[in-house]
Amino acid sequence: MSQNLVLSEKSNRSWLLPLLLLPIWILLYINLQPIADYLTDTVLGLSTGTHLTETIRFFIFEVPKVMLLLVAIIFVVGMVRSFFTTEKTRKVLEGKSLFAGNVMASLLGIVTPFCSCSAIPLFLGFVEAGVPLGVTFSFLIAAPMINEVALVLLVGLFGWKVAAIYVATGLFIAIFSGWLIGKFKLEKYVEDWVYQVKTNHEGEQEQKLTLNDRVKSGFAAVKETLGKIWIYIIIGIAVGAGAHGYVPEDLMGQLLGKDNWYGVPLAILIGIPMYSNAAGIIPIVSVLIEKGVSLGTALAFMMSVIALSLPEIIILKKVLKWQLIAFFVGVVAMGIITVGFIFNYIMV
Amino acid sequence: MDIKVLGTGCTKCNNLLKVTTEAVNELGIDATITKVEDFPKIMEFGVMTTPALVVDGKVILKGSVPKLDELKGLLNQ
Repeated sequence: MSQNLVLSEKSNRSWLLPLLLLPIWILLYINLQPIADYLTDTVLGLSTGTHLTETIRFFIFEVPKVMLLLVAIIFVVGMVRSFFTTEKTRKVLEGKSLFAGNVMASLLGIVTPFCSCSAIPLFLGFVEAGVPLGVTFSFLIAAPMINEVALVLLVGLFGWKVAAIYVATGLFIAIFSGWLIGKFKLEKYVEDWVYQVKTNHEGEQEQKLTLNDRVKSGFAAVKETLGKIWIYIIIGIAVGAGAHGYVPEDLMGQLLGKDNWYGVPLAILIGIPMYSNAAGIIPIVSVLIEKGVSLGTALAFMMSVIALSLPEIIILKKVLKWQLIAFFVGVVAMGIITVGFIFNYIMV
Repeated sequence: MDIKVLGTGCTKCNNLLKVTTEAVNELGIDATITKVEDFPKIMEFGVMTTPALVVDGKVILKGSVPKLDELKGLLNQ
């Protein structure tokens, strides 16, 4: 994207750097357990087996593991994203039919660079260019919900299976909600001025990017994203480490546990007014699970915080009438409830 | 020089305004900097990712906040 405009020139050997760093990364990663053991047992001289020792060992092992995974994934995603721009994505989606358009929009939502702060310009740009309303919504739902940070953290804390199911069900919700919005022809509930917006499509020529530029945007992504979220990661793992080994059973577990059918809807109701990014919410999710909240309920909570938030709804009010906002929130919430129930009752 | 910073209240947009003001001051360019917050006006520039920087009617940056030096280089061209 345009940040590469600034990045180019200067050194032409940036692409070598990841190749040099890769062996170091691999060496570190496969030796994490011995390093953590060495630090806990020898350097800190803690006696094995006590609760405190195991908590510290878990923390010393888990923090670098998640950080290493994050650096690698954010770098790769940053490079992949340099192949996609909002403009190209819009061109692909212009005049696309329902369903096929919803599927493509949801998939593109994962790989196109997106910041929720430009949701409105993006919405206006898409609608003005003739991207169907439902297809635009599929993009706007998938983009924040499925992201690389959420993925890495889910893998790190709950394993591959949970992460894969999160992506699959997140895509399903984005596709389905957008498709329904298209099916019900809700265009009349978009504020009228939106259709009067004229945009200037001049000067949209593609910037030619070299491999060096892409590598640089990979590094830039790592710096920007990690800089924002590292503190949440450490808190999340510290909480996870502290709860490691305890078997708590308290009010939260009873309220949001598996035996309560209203656990999932309740979690979503609590989640909507909250606003956070994926990194900020995962520590809370790990606490919830440690406290006996079932996985489906915890994931439903996480999805509702990331995909549905009060500040976002207030921003959307500028371009949408309340009927469409209500429909959007309702459909996405129903999708999340379904996902929560599937997790809680079927995938046991 | 006529410089416009496109974007609403987000942190990045305010950062871009700050860096731009700094760059203009350090370079000593005679420029007027305005912040454009009105969506239809932002869309007239064909920008879908805010913040964006418009110099004399041309979009030179979108979706990112450059470092001071990078921006000075861009403004010098």
